[in-house]
Amino acid sequence: MAKKKKEFEQHIFYDWCKACGLCVAFCPREVYGRDELGRPQVVNGEACIGCRFCEYHCPDFAITIKERGASGNGNGMGGER
Amino acid sequence: MERIEQLRHTYLRHDKKFPHVWCPGCGNGIVLGSLIRAIDRLGLTQDEIVLASGIGCAGRMSVYADFNTLHATHGRALTFATGIKLARPELTLIAVMGDGDATGIGGNHFIHAARRNLNMTAIIINNQIYGMTGGQYSPTTPYGAHAATAVFGNLEHAFSIAELAVTAGASFVARGTVYHVPELDRLLEKGIAKNGFSVIEILSNCHTQFGRRNQMGDPVTMMRWLKEHAVPAVKAGDLAPESIEGKFTIGVLVDREKPDYLKEYERVRAEARQKAAEAKP
Ligand SMILES: Cc1ncc(C[n+]2csc(CCOP(=O)(O)OP(=O)(O)O)c2C)c(N)n1
Ligand code: SF4
Ligand code: SF4
Ligand code: SF4
Repeated sequence: MAKKKKEFEQHIFYDWCKACGLCVAFCPREVYGRDELGRPQVVNGEACIGCRFCEYHCPDFAITIKERGASGNGNGMGGER
Repeated sequence: MERIEQLRHTYLRHDKKFPHVWCPGCGNGIVLGSLIRAIDRLGLTQDEIVLASGIGCAGRMSVYADFNTLHATHGRALTFATGIKLARPELTLIAVMGDGDATGIGGNHFIHAARRNLNMTAIIINNQIYGMTGGQYSPTTPYGAHAATAVFGNLEHAFSIAELAVTAGASFVARGTVYHVPELDRLLEKGIAKNGFSVIEILSNCHTQFGRRNQMGDPVTMMRWLKEHAVPAVKAGDLAPESIEGKFTIGVLVDREKPDYLKEYERVRAEARQKAAEAKP
């Protein structure tokens, strides 16, 4: 049976976001656009491959990538523990 | 809750000190993220860690992390850490410093700590400038680069912090960047786990004070610069010297075994005790 494609959600905590633009500029799938304040807006969420580049590089801890249907262990690199 | 959210809740003073004071896009926050993931992977609890920092933007890290923390004086993070390690050897000591903090005012402490080989980890966030005080050139500002105190270009030549640490005798030395984050997590993990003095130099972006004066006034441009100028240390030897001119190596530069200072010190104490006992009539 073909493996189901993984799906991801991008959660942005706007209280901490400083609109630096790193997530927008480096996302390999152009998931984010910018709003009038320069903050990321999810415009292309389905294209996300879950690479977490945005999560690791957000200097303000404002992004969490969640895998849909996963048990909540996707943390950035602690997976095998 | 996602694991990363749990880590933020556990290891950061998330309910008191955030959002942090660093500029939008500053690499210091990326280093802090890497550090808490590395500590989590090592299975260390908050109480087992002492995070000592000096003064500067990098030095503010101890304010945000929820470990035993010590915001020491400028250039002296390692000296405070040394005292704590000698008194409480069971604790894991991590010192966070800026390039000015560690190699300017604290330069002598740094090389001698490396030479002494006490088991602790020095994290040096190298943004090539004095960020907090307004962009004066530091010992790692490149030759010719512009700074508040070098408006015609820097006349001095930069230290390579990691190479300096190798020469000074550190047991473990690595260099990473805030662009290469998964690699940085691993370097921090290895450095903290190492029994001996570890140095992790992290090239980071201060677009506010360094970038703006050097045609890289935003974090995205500086991040691209880091990406384009990093050469994996394992490959550097095979590349033509011209092709790596002006670049820097990343990865583990040294991982060697040396007698740990505390073990040596214990040995001396045991010998001294025995001598004293023998001398008693
Ligand atoms: C004894 C002493 N001298 C000078 C200062 C002023 N001072 C504060 S931070 C700093 C340099 C900061 O640069 P760096 O260590 O590279 O850290 P950054 O702010 O770039 O992270 C200086 C000179 C001080 N606080 N204490
Ligand atoms: S996880 Fe990767 S693909 Fe998904 S939004 Fe972040 S950077 Fe883009
Ligand atoms: S990287 Fe973080 S702080 Fe910067 S714009 Fe994206 S969410 Fe905001
Ligand atoms: S001045 Fe530089 S080092 Fe300090 S917070 Fe701003 S970008 Fe970061």
